Amino acid sequence: METHQDYTGSKIGMWLFLLSEILLFGGLFILYSSYRYKNPLDFHLAAWELNRVLGTINTLVLITSSLCMALSIFFIQKGNRKLSALFLFATIFLGLLFLGVKYLEWTAKIEHGLYPNSPRLIGRPKGEVLFYGLYYSMTGLHGLHVLVGIFILSVMLVLIMKGKINENRFVPLENTGLYWHLVDIIWIFLFPLFYLIT
Amino acid sequence: MESKKYQTYILVWLGLVILTGITVSMAGMNLGRLSIGIVLAIAAIKSGLVFSYFMHLKYETGLLFKLMIPIVLAALTIFIGLTFTDIAFR
Repeated sequence: METHQDYTGSKIGMWLFLLSEILLFGGLFILYSSYRYKNPLDFHLAAWELNRVLGTINTLVLITSSLCMALSIFFIQKGNRKLSALFLFATIFLGLLFLGVKYLEWTAKIEHGLYPNSPRLIGRPKGEVLFYGLYYSMTGLHGLHVLVGIFILSVMLVLIMKGKINENRFVPLENTGLYWHLVDIIWIFLFPLFYLIT
Repeated sequence: MESKKYQTYILVWLGLVILTGITVSMAGMNLGRLSIGIVLAIAAIKSGLVFSYFMHLKYETGLLFKLMIPIVLAALTIFIGLTFTDIAFR
């Protein structure tokens, strides 16, 4: 039985969704930069306190997971379902690792009394309160995207193992990959803005 | 479609890792205001690599694909520009 697949249509649909995501995070980036422009010194001091090593590790983890995702799609197109599933599993594992590092980072900050509305943070200058508010909401929203991505990737892994996604029908896996790479791109910008520019 | 090779992906990944290393070590040096520009330029190059190779934009043929992203980036640039003229001249 021949089923109709609109390859271009579904890809353009996915891209339209991704572009709306770019505008969503873009709005937050504008908010960040205008507050940074108004409180340069407070932002400088607050950014100094973030853990740069954990941030760098997470960047490398996410970049590598993007590579695994691209390889997974490459191998499904070549008809090698086993390698495709293996690389998809690696992508999921690295996504979980990213969230694990994020968890460590957040708990360390919360133990130091630095969380929104905490007594210690309220006593600090206004710019630092803004910095941590943006830090938690932007990395939090990004983390939520990673979590959703891991869920969708897991569904794809099941579909590959069941043979529902194969060398003739791989558009769902490609679209999931597009989403995962976009989440990586957002982190590529979040990382220098919060951890590096001091 | 057949031009895609897995070696390309590994090279792109290597490029991303090297660029990450450059930004992190740049941040260690005290370059002042210049560092914001450099760090953002490197982030732009990195996202360009992901867009064109990992997300296959380099291999897409339709005019729509070639136009969509520049249009959205232009819209974002206009937003950023208007916001900053508002903040600077208020």
